[in-house]
Amino acid sequence: MTGRRIMTADEIRRATIRLSHEIVEKQAGAEGLLLVGIQRRGVPLARRIAAAIAENEAVDISVGALDITFYRDDLSLVAQQPVVKGTDLPFGIDGRTVVLVDDVLYTGRTIRAAMDALVDFGRPQAIRLAVLVDRGHRELPIRADHVGKNVPTSREEIVRVHLDEIDDEDGVEIERLVDAPLTAEPVA
Amino acid sequence: MTDVLDGRTEAPAADELMVPSVDAAPEAHAVGWRHRHMLDVDGLSTADIDLVMRTADAMREVLARPIAKVPALRGRNVTILFYEASTRTRVSFEVAAKNLSADVVNVTAATSSVTKGESLVDTVRTLEALGAQMLVMRHSASGAPYLAAEVFGGSVLNGGDGWHAHPTQALLDLYTIRSRLGSVAGKKVVILGDVLHSRVARSNIWTLTAADADLWLCGPTTLLRGFESWARRGVGGERRFQVTSSIDDALRDADVVMTLRIQRERMASGLLPSLREYAARYGLTASRLASAKPDALVMHPGPMNEGVEIAPDVAAGAQSVITDQVTNGVAIRMALLYLLAGVPRS
Repeated sequence: MTGRRIMTADEIRRATIRLSHEIVEKQAGAEGLLLVGIQRRGVPLARRIAAAIAENEAVDISVGALDITFYRDDLSLVAQQPVVKGTDLPFGIDGRTVVLVDDVLYTGRTIRAAMDALVDFGRPQAIRLAVLVDRGHRELPIRADHVGKNVPTSREEIVRVHLDEIDDEDGVEIERLVDAPLTAEPVA
Repeated sequence: MTDVLDGRTEAPAADELMVPSVDAAPEAHAVGWRHRHMLDVDGLSTADIDLVMRTADAMREVLARPIAKVPALRGRNVTILFYEASTRTRVSFEVAAKNLSADVVNVTAATSSVTKGESLVDTVRTLEALGAQMLVMRHSASGAPYLAAEVFGGSVLNGGDGWHAHPTQALLDLYTIRSRLGSVAGKKVVILGDVLHSRVARSNIWTLTAADADLWLCGPTTLLRGFESWARRGVGGERRFQVTSSIDDALRDADVVMTLRIQRERMASGLLPSLREYAARYGLTASRLASAKPDALVMHPGPMNEGVEIAPDVAAGAQSVITDQVTNGVAIRMALLYLLAGVPRS
């Protein structure tokens, strides 16, 4: 990691456990709950939350993966098509409470795309949103129901979430956009 | 980072957390698509082909949904211009474009101004002025899509040109083999029939040799002319593939048998004595297929002359993946439309 650390591995772990408690509390139990992680880092986060719920409530919650690439509103603007990572929803969502899980909430455009993608699969009773980091600067009327950490940022900064399952380490860092290495990864 | 690892000992093991297959892709910036047109497979790198295959995986998932439609190409105009008869390729491209929410315009040369003498270049310019952003084209003249690509500002996709190339067919064939056998490397793949006049065979030779298949071309010598020298044109004189007129040698222990359509017009040119003789000597029958591996795949790009190049019971048999090819064709064409749409217009 090269930027300024804003969450340690311990803080991520505690935030994930708190998110799991909040999700169950809001639903008044685990009945009808589904967790859907947004590719890529929302997926391991959703699995961690499900593991925490399993530990605390002794209930196994199904976890799915949602790829929002085909629903992005900037497909005609980006220079190169983003690599599709795949959707895997091994359950019906009709009448269930679907909790979308993502690492960073920023403009809200990813979540708009995720909701459009989700309703193509059915009619959930409710869609909720859980994120590890909310960095502000919304461009759409979208808010998270459950937030791991609120982080004030400027638009010139980039927030990077590292998760062990993908990046071999846990941590959240913030860095100036000008210093950041250029990648084709969408800025969340 | 030992402190980090120690800090999350209560969390489940990493391997339980990984999403199978969908997350196996490398980072988005590791590979990228740069081709504006899809004219033939010979310009594709191994990484390009892998990207098409992985994108097609995602398209298969879309096709399995109750509503098989995503908005990725909303507002894009895909114009389909076919100068030759076709059912499956044209419909496959149309379904693919519609599944991506593109607007589809169909032009059939037989009922267009082409019959009044309009040139290909004029037709392409006119279609572009009418809003075409992606042009899917089939033409009986080899190279015609290359000419179209020179004057068209958007992307041209070759849906088959003369004897030359049929890139989407080769990619869907490769995808079909890979999804059934895992990998193509080292697998004995036989292309059987009228190789000489087949754009399907030519494009498949590129992708299958690039994928390190043990490739065999088989048919009457009159329908294999010129391929022997191509076979020996590999690096350092190494053989790229085998060419034989012995169907027994070709089919022995084969993993994949790809039959090609015998075009009836070839009889007139004296290349084949009769359809009956061809069927007797080179038709893929159940007894001939028995010398291939027990689970060998039977493929055909269609349309089939059942009873000529392939026996009806083989075409509909348990080893046949011919309907898979049709379904995978939609996924491959969706993948290509999606990837090409991301490359800027000239």
